[in-house]
Amino acid sequence: MTSLWERPDGPVVGQAKPHESAVGHVTGTAYFTDDLVGRLTGVLHAYPVRSPQTHALVTRLDTEPALGVPGVVRVLTAADVPGVNDAGIHHDEPLFPSEVMFRGHAVAWVLAESLEAAKAGAAAVVVEYDPLPSIVSIADAEAAGSFQGTTSVVRRGDVDAAFASASHVFSGELEIGGQEHFYLETHAALAMVDGSGQVFVQSSTQHPSETQEITAHVLGLGSHAVTVECLRMGGGFGGKEWQPHGLAAIAALGAVLTGRPVRLRLERSLDITMTGKRHPFLARWKLGFDDELHLVAMSGEFIADGGWCLDLSAPVLARALTHCDNAYNIPNVEVVGRIAKTNKTSQTAFRGFGGPQGMLFIEDALGRCAPQLGVSPEDLRRRNLYRDGDSTPYGQPVKDAGRLATIWDRAFTTSEFERRRAEVDAFNAASPHVKRGLAITPQKFGISFNTAAFNQAGALVQIYKDGSVLINHGGTEMGQGLHTKMIQVAATALGVPYELVKLAPTRTDKVPNTSATAASTGADLNGAAVKNACDQLRERLANVAAGWLSHDTVEQWNLPLQPDDVRFADGLVYPVGHPEMGKPWAEVVNAAYWSRVHLSAAGFYRTQGLHWDAKNMWGSPFKYFSMGAAVSEVEVDGFTGAHRLLRVDIVQDIGNSLSPLIDLGQIEGGFAQGVGWLTMEELRWDTSDGEGRGRLLTNSASTYKLPSLGELPEVFNIEVVPNLSERGAIYGSKAVGEPPLTLAMSTFEAIRDAAAAFGPAGRDPKLGLPSTPEAVFWALTEAREASAPPST
Amino acid sequence: MGRLEITVNGIVRDATGTPPQTNLLTWLRSIGLTAAKEGCAEGECGACAVLIVRPDGARSRLDSVNSCLVTLGSLHGAEVVTVEGLGTPDRLHPTQAVLAAAGGSQCGYCTPGFVSSLAGEYYRADRTPGQHGCGNGVHLEALAGNLCRCTGYRPIKDAALAIESPPADDPWVERLAQPSSWPSPVSVSDAAGAVVRPASLAEAFDALDADGAAPLAGGTDLNVERNILGRTKATLVAVEALPELRCLEFTDDHIEIGAGLTLSEIERRLAGRVPLLDALWPQFASPLIRNAATLGGNLGTASPIGDSPPTLLALEASVVLIGRRGEREVPLADYFTGYRQTLREPGELIKSVRVPLPLAPLTAFHKIAKRRMDDISSVAVGYAVELSDGVVSRVRIGLGGVAATPIRALATEDALLGCAWTPETAAAAASVMKTEGTPISDARASAAYRSAMLEQSLLKFFASTREEVAR
Repeated sequence: MTSLWERPDGPVVGQAKPHESAVGHVTGTAYFTDDLVGRLTGVLHAYPVRSPQTHALVTRLDTEPALGVPGVVRVLTAADVPGVNDAGIHHDEPLFPSEVMFRGHAVAWVLAESLEAAKAGAAAVVVEYDPLPSIVSIADAEAAGSFQGTTSVVRRGDVDAAFASASHVFSGELEIGGQEHFYLETHAALAMVDGSGQVFVQSSTQHPSETQEITAHVLGLGSHAVTVECLRMGGGFGGKEWQPHGLAAIAALGAVLTGRPVRLRLERSLDITMTGKRHPFLARWKLGFDDELHLVAMSGEFIADGGWCLDLSAPVLARALTHCDNAYNIPNVEVVGRIAKTNKTSQTAFRGFGGPQGMLFIEDALGRCAPQLGVSPEDLRRRNLYRDGDSTPYGQPVKDAGRLATIWDRAFTTSEFERRRAEVDAFNAASPHVKRGLAITPQKFGISFNTAAFNQAGALVQIYKDGSVLINHGGTEMGQGLHTKMIQVAATALGVPYELVKLAPTRTDKVPNTSATAASTGADLNGAAVKNACDQLRERLANVAAGWLSHDTVEQWNLPLQPDDVRFADGLVYPVGHPEMGKPWAEVVNAAYWSRVHLSAAGFYRTQGLHWDAKNMWGSPFKYFSMGAAVSEVEVDGFTGAHRLLRVDIVQDIGNSLSPLIDLGQIEGGFAQGVGWLTMEELRWDTSDGEGRGRLLTNSASTYKLPSLGELPEVFNIEVVPNLSERGAIYGSKAVGEPPLTLAMSTFEAIRDAAAAFGPAGRDPKLGLPSTPEAVFWALTEAREASAPPST
Repeated sequence: MGRLEITVNGIVRDATGTPPQTNLLTWLRSIGLTAAKEGCAEGECGACAVLIVRPDGARSRLDSVNSCLVTLGSLHGAEVVTVEGLGTPDRLHPTQAVLAAAGGSQCGYCTPGFVSSLAGEYYRADRTPGQHGCGNGVHLEALAGNLCRCTGYRPIKDAALAIESPPADDPWVERLAQPSSWPSPVSVSDAAGAVVRPASLAEAFDALDADGAAPLAGGTDLNVERNILGRTKATLVAVEALPELRCLEFTDDHIEIGAGLTLSEIERRLAGRVPLLDALWPQFASPLIRNAATLGGNLGTASPIGDSPPTLLALEASVVLIGRRGEREVPLADYFTGYRQTLREPGELIKSVRVPLPLAPLTAFHKIAKRRMDDISSVAVGYAVELSDGVVSRVRIGLGGVAATPIRALATEDALLGCAWTPETAAAAASVMKTEGTPISDARASAAYRSAMLEQSLLKFFASTREEVAR
């Protein structure tokens, strides 16, 4: 066995490869779940009967009229469920509810020959409701005491004593908005009973094993009777970690009951109003500083809006609580977190998983405190960064803490921060209507699932007699390039060309009991499992090759070749140091077959050294930390509040990259998604007492705006920290999926800086989230009014 | 009932029997061409973009459009090109090759739409090196109607900047050198509804007499209603190709713009002669929409947040309506009578829009929205002002988004007329402008912000004209 992190000579990892499906993407030959419908005959279409009430008891459900609609074949209700009527693992999520919990909640599903017929059928189903009072905001929930799950606290030291002796104490509150995933491919499932009687579900899911588990329990079957396959997803971003399960179960139930394939694809308007989003948070903070402006205490409170059921809210909250320190050392901490239960979609995982909300808590606070302390935000942030030897408020030593300052200083220098700060100030002094802002923010993001058990993965690697290699692993492809990296890992571990390795779609009958592809761990976990399988195979082949090559080595040096001196690279198998004596890979494989050597291996990996006491929020849940820093410069129009992102400089530590082009895409794309969350994407629910109470107002692409090409920074510089190898991860790489999203906080802080420039120095430059033109306009109006002479 | 035949990727396909009001995307996917995807079904994301071959004088043009907003039955005789028809994995089209190599796809779901928009730009006949500040002359705005949730767009931009000029023997270059025609007259129907493309104005009036008939002139609004709200019409009468609706004339005292021209065509053919409209185009939805939407459609739906009315109100435009009894010209300011209601009578069509000459020298279009590209306005303002010796001698201001219809800012115009163009005048008029209309709070903006934006808009306009005067 070789070490996890060291790379052999001539590795395929580290090469810049385009996405393994890129050619399929551009030609439309890379199929998504719903593209398969036309390949089947007799497919039924599923459409939901949805609640027009925000919270109500279902008093009558009459499906008979729907059956009279031409094309309608069947209506699925709770009475049809042979197993457990629940879409989750907490059993608080009835698949067919008798109490509707949010507007748009599905009470029944209509199956029909066409989508139009299914829609007409759904409209014909008669449902009567007895309305109940509804809770549609965190404020409502707080007033009513409507919470779910448990209260969690991160606590270290003595905050009361620390605040009492602090030189400066500030407090504030911020409302952090949610975020719609807006994966371009909406939720989709296609289920059938196959020729062997197996229930087979094609699902756009980040967690096939859990989709399988839920489908099986709804059907009252063992998991072995259900197979889930995920070809690829048109984006996931966390939105397909939990939410696909119930939809897949509906399609499977329909397929079992009718004997026909069932297609369930949510149209955008359904997807956006029925499935969960990033959790909105209400956060209250209090910070204490000493005379040197070092943080001495932080206390506060998070209330996460979990929506109508728990799904992933508890771990999301845990990640928020373990990230509210971001990159700063704070000796005394007490932050309490709770989960509101509201009559909204069940909020769920979204890239960062509570981490971004936690980090924003401290960044917003520092951005507001700095002017009041008479220092620049960059000075205040820099002087509080973690140093070697520091540990987090939950007791984990900060591995490589000193790297934070190194990365910060690198970003500060290469972005020419000081020169540009002077230029921005000069520009602002001369420009009454347009102001610029500049800011730098750091990032520290813990890598591993908080729940230690999820940090395991499996893989199945098969070598065929002709030398070609087929790999399966438990991770799913949602655009992040995981499959590309896995091919590179297998090619590296086996010493074969990239082209010799093919990857088969993720299936629960190939690799069982997998974890979600989430928490940025896809490559770390599955890569290590793939490597483990390849290492086993290579060891077997080395034994065969050692015997074979020994003919030559004995002849040349009179020395038999030991198996651990056999090398595999570039499709050759040779004695160490002597590639000229090599045998072609395919010949060695063929020889192994004839020697009756097993050419298939199951790989497994568990992350070592993790421990976490979830009850007391204490331990070392993370294998390592991802680190970075970003500098943003913006220009704000004082007439409208609209901003332009002029320049962004990012320095990100991604260890020794497995696949540089893929990782660059993750950094850029994550950053853009963060900018969307913080500056543009706005979820507005109707909180009035009128007819529309509880309705999501921004329920379509025309009202919910995500970044377009026009939001690309005009100058965009990205640097990865060179020559760093993470010993805790596959081939020295580091996770990259989620962390870059949090770099967008530099853009938010730069907008704050620009809006504040419309007024006098030293104010509390409060800025609403997201910083839409409207929010920025109100912030700069407040700044302007602070500098206006008092009216007489 | 007639046959419905559409050429797709060079092969004539029989679509007879498909519900004619179905959108093009649904039909393409049903015949196995699944490259185009549904992302939003309302023309916002571009994942469904395909190319349509259209006449361009004696030549042809490839226009990229949202296939979810094209009514299938209106395409009889049309020629559609999808990503499958551009290239295959073995023979990538140059646009496909650059996107794949640049890391321009991550999840890949939006990618065929980007390929389509980029291919439209690749074959744009008047693309010349250096245009739009790019070495290869690519107009990046061509991608403004395509959303990508994964990449952050940088690699897509780089791919666009890397496309070269098509070689002379490129099959599409050869095809585009040949003429093509607008879709052919047709009448197709099923139980769910009919689509009629009349051969003449007279046939159009006949078709419009049917119960529940409505004109179709682009379909970028009607198809949103159909896709999202399930609202259909008994009969759609596709009128945009009628020659009477496709004029573009310059006379001594006005410019006449045919209601059936797409917005892209108008932009090209006006060639900068109406600066206020040139300020409008880049902010009007996206190129994918502008390649399909018509001015007649935008005025016909009479949305209070339509983008063209504020500018046309400022230009003092009038609408020419045509019916069996002949033509009548109605000032646009009188045309809107209520929320999505107008003076147009059943059976009448919008024939054209007349913009009187000479144009006022100081103009501007302000669109307040969350996103710069491809958004719907919270507030939109069009200005046309003339100064004589520093005094406002003529002023027209059109507003959108602040009332049930587009309106003129009459009180503000009064406050400006005859006053010296000074900061004091602008400030006083801005405080009047703040009270124009009856803005509401909705998903896009609050009423308070809308009112504030009216005030700020006038201040911004003043500031910009002072800069211009100084230059």
